[in-house]
Amino acid sequence: MTEEELKNLKADKVIDARGTSCPGPLLAAKKSIAAVPVGGVLEVLSSDPGTNRDIPLWAKKMKYEHLGILEEPGYWRIFVKKTK
Amino acid sequence: MEEEKEKLSMAILSGDMDKIMGALIMATGAVAFDMEVTMFFTFWGLRAIQKKKHTGESFFGKMLSLLNPGGIDNLDPSKYAFGGLGRWMFKKMMKKHNVTPLHELLQNAIDMGVNIVPCQMSMDVMEIKKEDLIDGIGEPVGVGTFIAEASESQVTLFV
Repeated sequence: MTEEELKNLKADKVIDARGTSCPGPLLAAKKSIAAVPVGGVLEVLSSDPGTNRDIPLWAKKMKYEHLGILEEPGYWRIFVKKTK
Repeated sequence: MEEEKEKLSMAILSGDMDKIMGALIMATGAVAFDMEVTMFFTFWGLRAIQKKKHTGESFFGKMLSLLNPGGIDNLDPSKYAFGGLGRWMFKKMMKKHNVTPLHELLQNAIDMGVNIVPCQMSMDVMEIKKEDLIDGIGEPVGVGTFIAEASESQVTLFV
């Protein structure tokens, strides 16, 4: 997705994992995606730069779709679509 | 039909703080990747899953536990232990960098369904009883259980 599309995207669930290090954001994503309906979008807020690589790989393995990452001051917004 | 999950089997021989930390992070990470995880704790590793600090029945057993007390918050790092100073320093640094403390990592692992099993033979040698170990873990087993699990696993790790 383009940056513009991501900015306009409304996530079905937003999980704030800022202030936690590895494996915090990944475990938070795993835990909260259960509450997202199939076809819905999960947004993970993370201040851990390593997570920007981890969550896309996790999404690929889980056969979800990684939509993209938006950079904000001091943190990132990571979007994952629950495709199944 | 639900497809069978991939498996991770870990043999945890070390009771070092840093190695246990790495092992627990990998175990919970694997659960996030939808894997079924078994951690087989043997020898020094048993110290990490003790709820009792001091164990042992014979003189040697008690001495061993005095020199090397149990409980996940009492583990020393593999380098620069300095009689407890290293542990104190690492805990401070981990807190500063927002790293989850070890007892919380272990509880997370249990809550997420990581299968934790102690080794019976090491428990006998080190005089550690089932009651000395934390709750929420499996019954003591032998090497056969580990090999059976490991042979069905896509990933195996020795810590």
